[in-house]
Amino acid sequence: MDRKTDLTTTFSHSVAIIGSGGSGVVTIGKILLESIARFGLYALMTRSSGPQIRGGESAIMLRVAGRPVDSLDDHFDILLALDWLNVERFADELPISAESIILRDSDKGEVPPHFDLSAERQLSIPLTQLAGEFENGRANMVGLGLLAQLMGLPLETVTGAARDILKRKGDAVLASSLHGIELGYGQAPGKKTITPLTQPASPTTRWNISGNEASGLGAVQGGIRFVAAYPITPASELLEWLAPNLERLGGELVQAEDELASINMIIGASYGGVPSLTATSGPGLSLMMEGLGLAVASETPVVVSNVMRGGPSTGIPTKSEQSDLNLALYGLHGDAPHLVLSALSIRDSVFTTEWAVKLAETLQTVAIVLTDQSQGQARAVIDPPTSPALEGKRKLAVEHEDYRRYALTEDAVSPMAVPGDPGCMYTADGLEHNQLGTPSATANDHQRQLDKRHDKLTGFDYGDDWAEIGGAGDICLITWGSATGATREAAERLTRAGYPTRTVAVRLLSPLPIARFSAVIEGTTHQLVVEQNHGAQFYDYLNARKMLPPTADSLARPGPLPLRPQEIVNRIMKGL
Amino acid sequence: MHGPPPQPPLKPKDYKSDVKPIWCAGCGHFAVLSAITKSLAQLALPREQVALVSGIGCSSRLPAYTHVYGFHGIHGRALPIATGLKVARPDLTVLVTGGDGDGFSIGGNHFMHACRRNLDLTYIVMDNEVYGMTKGQASPTTPPDWTESKLTPHGTGLPSFNPAAIALAAGAGFIARGFSGDPSRLTDLLTEAIQYPGFAFIHVLSPCVTFHPEQKAWKQTVHEQTQSTTADRVVAAQRLQQDDRMATGLIFRTPANAKAQAVGTVQPATLEQMKTQFLTG
Repeated sequence: MDRKTDLTTTFSHSVAIIGSGGSGVVTIGKILLESIARFGLYALMTRSSGPQIRGGESAIMLRVAGRPVDSLDDHFDILLALDWLNVERFADELPISAESIILRDSDKGEVPPHFDLSAERQLSIPLTQLAGEFENGRANMVGLGLLAQLMGLPLETVTGAARDILKRKGDAVLASSLHGIELGYGQAPGKKTITPLTQPASPTTRWNISGNEASGLGAVQGGIRFVAAYPITPASELLEWLAPNLERLGGELVQAEDELASINMIIGASYGGVPSLTATSGPGLSLMMEGLGLAVASETPVVVSNVMRGGPSTGIPTKSEQSDLNLALYGLHGDAPHLVLSALSIRDSVFTTEWAVKLAETLQTVAIVLTDQSQGQARAVIDPPTSPALEGKRKLAVEHEDYRRYALTEDAVSPMAVPGDPGCMYTADGLEHNQLGTPSATANDHQRQLDKRHDKLTGFDYGDDWAEIGGAGDICLITWGSATGATREAAERLTRAGYPTRTVAVRLLSPLPIARFSAVIEGTTHQLVVEQNHGAQFYDYLNARKMLPPTADSLARPGPLPLRPQEIVNRIMKGL
Repeated sequence: MHGPPPQPPLKPKDYKSDVKPIWCAGCGHFAVLSAITKSLAQLALPREQVALVSGIGCSSRLPAYTHVYGFHGIHGRALPIATGLKVARPDLTVLVTGGDGDGFSIGGNHFMHACRRNLDLTYIVMDNEVYGMTKGQASPTTPPDWTESKLTPHGTGLPSFNPAAIALAAGAGFIARGFSGDPSRLTDLLTEAIQYPGFAFIHVLSPCVTFHPEQKAWKQTVHEQTQSTTADRVVAAQRLQQDDRMATGLIFRTPANAKAQAVGTVQPATLEQMKTQFLTG
């Protein structure tokens, strides 16, 4: 391969499916994703909907590969359009190339100019008409069959997945759906095709999971047994997963009257000895700030899973952005040290959320985990996730004479009594206090308690899990959260093209292990901080801590469009 | 096996801490603190099984003056903290204390939803119709023509809240009014409230002698209610609209089993079983 190809080439197939509300785009996506998993490949499936959250047009973006997929590609190889209604709302989310193929329902109007590829790259099939020829026929299932044929998925794999996913809909719907898939699968292929997917030799255990589900699983694995929360897009699915699953584990979820209540409810439950979490998004996190300060001051462990969306204010609720970093880092009044973490992928949402719970419990503090819409509402086929080694238990009170809740200790973590524990009765307080917990406004108590709340976080050994570091080379891409996937892929392309590139994806954003961070970027000549927000929030944060050389550059682009590998590659190439 | 040596029964003072209250001399809250400790002693509750949760304000300082588990939280959020604690730890006796500003202004939304949620909590609001901690501003229960605050020199001009009526409308099952000037009657009301297996609201008239010295006259104007406790929400509503808001006693009490019922159950599972939902077919 020549250098240019090395820089742009990908290892995957990308498919986009679009259609108006009720056309069944999401159902196609679900069946296709499960089919791919059963075929033995990995995939990432993101979903985009219009601004109205419920109903209306939607798009499914799906990327398939023989290895884990953590980001979308630069363009789509195949676009399946069930119709073109309101497609302009998605057009810029659906980059196609001159090599792309469009599958379209010839009963649903002409191709809009934006997607107007040469005729030989279009395959027009009367999906609606074909579906109308049998009872309960649906054009989306015919389209699915056609798509599966083009991708090279075995028919029986797709019908098998459809059978399991659609069984709740009843026998009649299932039978007609299977018929539709077979009909579509049997259509004559177009002039242009793509390289068919190849099946790996030995199938292994895989999971099909969404980012929000992954965060929920990480939470319960970490020990969370109480959740209070207020519904908000795009975090609601996390809560909807937790509600029944927590109950199955003997825990409980309370739907609170607002986010002020949610954060304080979890503080109360955690004070009672039960590890507790809330999930929200930007506007809700803003409302929780005072409560988070109470948790910091009273040293009550709590975890907030914040699924970011476009901001400020109501912003773009259905689309992704990494713009709550400043809020998570600096939103609390007073000097209120706490943990801020970011999940680096859907799969990593399990690990990071579990780790956050265990750290919060160990250090008796607040942990805010940042994920975002592009992770939370996306699904992926992944290898089973791993768990952190940290045991993550609270240091409980053992001395029942002269108990001091906020005692100054070697590791700055004080033994925590739990109601029911005789002899340790104390009052937790958001007022500054002495070691007993009695309110105090003295300079000495304030200084010592501030030091303690700071030192317990900075003195802890977080080990190697603070970041995922990959590659070696003069170029260093530094990133966090969901930007990790595209950044890693950019590094891979650059390295392949002869520009060895290192990636540092930071999981523990605060407190940042300064010495370890410095050691990792040591010796690199080009540094680029990649993030999906307008204000270069992570770049500013690193600079404020003097973590970057003066030459370090920033690639900060707001949502709603996902970061794509090529724009990162291009940025580096421009600077070389 | 040797059990623990038999303990003498706890006295009210055993529920008090050594921390000296910040309250002004003559403040009604002293008597409320005493009534709470008397009631806990009457009920012989183990101290470690009791939690007292509060927000911010003069009356919210109360947990630190007791020798039970306590949480002095933030302004207006006592009820959510108590809600989380009670759901997580149903074995505990959870009391919530606070003032009129904390409970009916900044925490007003939580007040309504706590009534509706009907957890087994006892909510004791010491109402002195003023923000005392911040030196005398009008609260939601301040009379509209009170002009003593520089913040509202013409009075609020707003009708004052009727907390008991709000609790009733929001679905509370136990609504009482007490008076710090009659601590023994207050103790009885508290004991009944703590025993009530649902959300119990006690509106306590507790004078602020500093910013509302005229409230010293409550000694004369407060009186026991003339009618007996009702279980009829319509009757209670009518009484609460007609009374002079000075009548003390247990106004309303529904049978304890009148709690709303949730529907359905789920199958218990282990974490390992739970993970199988993600396996691909």
